[in-house]
Amino acid sequence: MEQLLRVAVDGLSFASYLFLVSAGLTFIYGVMRILNVAHGSLYGLGAYMAAWLVLRLWPGGAPGALALPPVWSYGVLLLAALIIGLVVGPLLERVFIQRVVDRGEVIPLVLTFALFLMLEDIMKLIWGVNPLGADLPYAMLGAVSLAGVNYPVYPFLLTGVAVVAAAALWLIINRSRFGKLVIAVIADREVSRALGIDVPRIYTFAFTLGAVLAALGGAFSAPMISVVPGVSVEVIILAFAVTTIGGLGSIGGAAIGALLVGVLRAAAVHYVPELDLFVIYALMTAILLVKPRGLFGGVEVRRI
Amino acid sequence: MTLEERSLAAPELAGRRLPRALGLLEASGAVRAAVAVLVVLALVAPLLPGWLLFLLTVAFAKGLVVLGVVLLLRGDLVSFGHGLFYAAGAYTVAFALRWGVPVRDAAPLVLLGTLVATVVAALVGLFIARYRGIFFGMLSTAFTMILYSLLLKLYWLTGGTDGLAARPAGILGLQPAADTLRLTQYYFVLVLTAAVTYGAYRLAASPLGYLMRAIYDNEVRVEYMGASVRQAIYRTYVISGALGGLGGALAAVAVGHVAPDLAYWTSSGEFVFVALFGGAGSVFAPLLGAVVFEFVRNYAFKLSPYTWQLLLGSVLVLVILFAPGGLWSLLERLAQRARGGKRS
Repeated sequence: MEQLLRVAVDGLSFASYLFLVSAGLTFIYGVMRILNVAHGSLYGLGAYMAAWLVLRLWPGGAPGALALPPVWSYGVLLLAALIIGLVVGPLLERVFIQRVVDRGEVIPLVLTFALFLMLEDIMKLIWGVNPLGADLPYAMLGAVSLAGVNYPVYPFLLTGVAVVAAAALWLIINRSRFGKLVIAVIADREVSRALGIDVPRIYTFAFTLGAVLAALGGAFSAPMISVVPGVSVEVIILAFAVTTIGGLGSIGGAAIGALLVGVLRAAAVHYVPELDLFVIYALMTAILLVKPRGLFGGVEVRRI
Repeated sequence: MTLEERSLAAPELAGRRLPRALGLLEASGAVRAAVAVLVVLALVAPLLPGWLLFLLTVAFAKGLVVLGVVLLLRGDLVSFGHGLFYAAGAYTVAFALRWGVPVRDAAPLVLLGTLVATVVAALVGLFIARYRGIFFGMLSTAFTMILYSLLLKLYWLTGGTDGLAARPAGILGLQPAADTLRLTQYYFVLVLTAAVTYGAYRLAASPLGYLMRAIYDNEVRVEYMGASVRQAIYRTYVISGALGGLGGALAAVAVGHVAPDLAYWTSSGEFVFVALFGGAGSVFAPLLGAVVFEFVRNYAFKLSPYTWQLLLGSVLVLVILFAPGGLWSLLERLAQRARGGKRS
């Protein structure tokens, strides 16, 4: 029982950050038909930016030169995500990705892989290669006792962020003008263009929204991890697994996929630690073989 | 306007130009050049320093894997998972040596590695031949990540992140001393590379090669013609996997060590990278791409360990945006200009 609770709690926190990254990836794929490998880098950039800002403003966990109250560090995490998402997102899309959006699926995939390689080194150039550990927001929340076992509170905050992000995304897609335009573009690019929708602009917005989500995932996991070069590499491949399991282009699918992968991995870590990675990719393979479009990505079903 | 011209003029194809003809006539200039390069590579080898021989040996081995990736790219299939075969070939050599197979010679071990990878490809191919586009790439990534997670975690079998040693006792009955080992390996890999490249060249000009080209253009029409798309893709996939295994086994022998990273998705990404960098315009392009890539990486890594990926990434972006045919297309253009110059 205690073990099961641990699995559930660990799985939920793992699923939360997986969802933040995967939702952006799957949204961008749904709209632009581009599998964005550089999405992992946006996660990494968000994590670095957040850790760096927190360490700058609260060196050693104490208020620094600006003497800001430590509670503001949560706002700083959000700010870091927005800075990265809103600056790097449109930049990547406008300068590089927009040029290849009509060149099939393979070329954009490889282009974003090239961008991913570049951003890996850019992160090293900006923030060095030493790990950044900014655990102030994590340490401040302390721990809570559930059924006699202590759990850190911070992962629950991460879950909260993921839920809020999911709700916001749902509102944007289903209740806003931008969402309507996005759905039109997904349904038919050509007709949308003919109807006067500025498709490239929708692409830029959609890509930026996805970028913000990835950066959000990075910024809010930064306090839980040690931010080192290479964080992006692991995240993106996990996000691939999550999105394929849920169905590329389906945000609900990304949520279910993230939960499945999160809980499965947590269970494997607790019961068969040698197989913690294996189970994820075995599930990914199995789903691709049985339902290539994922659990929620039917051909006729409208994506998103 | 002929059909061919129209398909080239179509905007979605104009950017990703494929070779106009894979026939023998058109490419005979390239063949002559390749033979000349081969002779030069064989003659100058004894004069080259050890590190350069090693670099070329590894580049040829990886070039063979890239050749496999290119065979699939010609049918518009991107395998983001050739690390699977690369690692399968490499680990077969290491396992065979570790678990006391009586043969210690490199040649039969490389053959064994190739065979194992071929069997893996024949099995994986049964499933993957149904997939196209992004799903083909995703499934191939999933398979290679499965192998990676096993190589990484089954420590008692694979040595985990430490990997395994892969040092065969000799090559083709020869027991080269330490100072001639590099040279012997170089010749071994060079001969194999030349033979396999010739095979791939014939393959490109065979019905199967043309079918892949046709599948790139329009799969439905190929089916209407009465050819089996799935069978063509399956066969190409198995050949491609065999090349991956051969390259992996050769690389393992040259490096003397294998590690799980061979199967990680970034390793597969690198093969696709080199494939586009070299270009899909000729069977020689992957080798050219692999050699240039290894040189650039070697020097960039030495000069600036923190920016070499930045450099490689930028080069690839430039190639994709401005030279979609890769290095090979630039060479072709040069060659054309040279021919034109002579005539006028």
